[in-house]
Amino acid sequence: MASLARRKLLDHTMTALTALCAVFAVASLFFILGYIFAGGIRALNLSFLFNSPKPIGEPGSGIANAIVGSAIMISLGSIIGMPVGIMAGIYLSEFGSNKFGNMLRFFIDTLTGIPSIIIGVFVWTVMVNPMKHFSALSGGVALGILMMPIVARTTEEMIRLVPHSLREAGLALGAPQWRVTLGIVLRTASTGVATGAMLAIARIAGETAPLLFTALGLNYLSTNLLQPMASLTFQIYYYAASPYEEWHDMAWAATLVLVTMILALNIAIRVLARNRHQQA
Amino acid sequence: MGSTLAGKSSASPLSPSEPGLPFLRAAPKVRPRIGDPLFKLTTGFFAVLIAGLAVLIMLEMAINSKLPFAKFGFGFLTRSIWDPVREEFGALPFVYGTVVSAVIALIISIPISLGVAIFLVEKASRRLSNPILFIVQLLAAIPSVVYGLWAIFVLAPLLRNHVYPALQSSLGFLPLFKGSQNGLGLLTAGIVLSIMILPIITAVTTDVLRAVPVTQREAALALGSTKWEATLIVLQNAKSGVSGAIILGLGRAIGETMAVTMVIGNRPQISASLFDPSFTIASAIANEFTEASSEIYLQSLIELGLILFLVTFIINMLARLLVWSVTRGEGRGTRG
Repeated sequence: MASLARRKLLDHTMTALTALCAVFAVASLFFILGYIFAGGIRALNLSFLFNSPKPIGEPGSGIANAIVGSAIMISLGSIIGMPVGIMAGIYLSEFGSNKFGNMLRFFIDTLTGIPSIIIGVFVWTVMVNPMKHFSALSGGVALGILMMPIVARTTEEMIRLVPHSLREAGLALGAPQWRVTLGIVLRTASTGVATGAMLAIARIAGETAPLLFTALGLNYLSTNLLQPMASLTFQIYYYAASPYEEWHDMAWAATLVLVTMILALNIAIRVLARNRHQQA
Repeated sequence: MGSTLAGKSSASPLSPSEPGLPFLRAAPKVRPRIGDPLFKLTTGFFAVLIAGLAVLIMLEMAINSKLPFAKFGFGFLTRSIWDPVREEFGALPFVYGTVVSAVIALIISIPISLGVAIFLVEKASRRLSNPILFIVQLLAAIPSVVYGLWAIFVLAPLLRNHVYPALQSSLGFLPLFKGSQNGLGLLTAGIVLSIMILPIITAVTTDVLRAVPVTQREAALALGSTKWEATLIVLQNAKSGVSGAIILGLGRAIGETMAVTMVIGNRPQISASLFDPSFTIASAIANEFTEASSEIYLQSLIELGLILFLVTFIINMLARLLVWSVTRGEGRGTRG
């Protein structure tokens, strides 16, 4: 065995190295955010937010179409994904403490790890191909499917935190279990469930791959659900891949908008979660 | 019986003279409780629906990739031709690109992620570790397409102008670092991926390490080991959980689409040089799906998707089992 001095030296070296790793991880976030801010601020102004794209070279081009499109498709996804996810979460927490529940949980967890592009291909085969054209609706469905497992698992976790005494109190008053679950348990856990839903929204807001062959993209403002629709993420991809300097600037500005929204959501969730812990 | 009780209770309505009793008698009058089974059935339906989606996705993709399967069979996996004009398709170049980029990502990411996790659990106080963990999670919140944009315009030029020439002049004798470099290729994709999978490996490893009982550390320290030696023992005991974390990271790296598509160069070839453009399964689907001009071309892409699905499914299953084996059970009680 090495001498004590050498062992101590190794100990200190490893402490320093692990600290360095932590510094690297933290620094890389700020490094990336710094570039997004610096790159995005150049082209960002009010008209950028309120105008739709114009032909190359024409001033006053914007991403209003993409912002509206993203908002519509994320809402659609939430309308589809949240009820399913919350109901499934209720089942898992209230009735899922057995082998069958574990099996479901296992599949749902595994579904969370499936690449989102696969969901895009799946929705293409069941919706876009039969309907013969790309549509915002299919984009919303793809995002909804992505949300389901996330919402289900966070809902389950949040509902599990509700003390059993509350359920028992409700049942002792003669209320049927479904009323206890919906009226007491779900209500008590509502902040937590809402936090989980926000987390799911933050996750799907940044998705591009499932929209590639469902909603596609569109260069003007549209609210028709049965036609292709623009989204912030697709627009960033499209602009970044183009050869035009001007579009690159727009990609950075759109990125700044998107990342600001997603980070704000994440920080809001963090604050909400902390408040809840302090109350408890 | 129900009717007599009901009749009686309606005849003698709730009155202060009979506290409690009428309430009990009235109870059976409450409609038979179909509410509860119905509730269980409805919520259960949705839970099964989500779990069933995994099966449905697989079936749907299998049905929609019949043409290439009939033509190439299992040989699809080992054919290295990808020629849409002559309608010859094989998955090997994409499998190669996927595996190599994921391996590069893991080689870079594993030591750093483990370092961060060890620092957070073994070295830092909760006051310091919680904010750092949050920042690492934010790294996971940044969308893939944003990583792609950053990689094209910041990382790739940086690597092309500074890192790759240095690599080539020092290690250029290896076939890995031969050839011309324009900054877009396998190595760049692997490096971007390494940053993207860092959060998941770190987060899961942190969970796993926290689940190892404090007593193990105390025992090691009491026997005279240094803190680092105690950490090694903790790692030893958390081995399967840490491998689970790494495999989860592998799953992410394999399925990551947008960022890779934007920097890997998109060329279906198997080349020894890491500087050369390549293709992953996910990026091939993203890049060619809307351009597929023939049915068999399209179905070949869907078959690629099926392969990706099956591989990530198995990887995720394996990873979850490994992580569960450590984080559930007695160790959990010692978490703060």
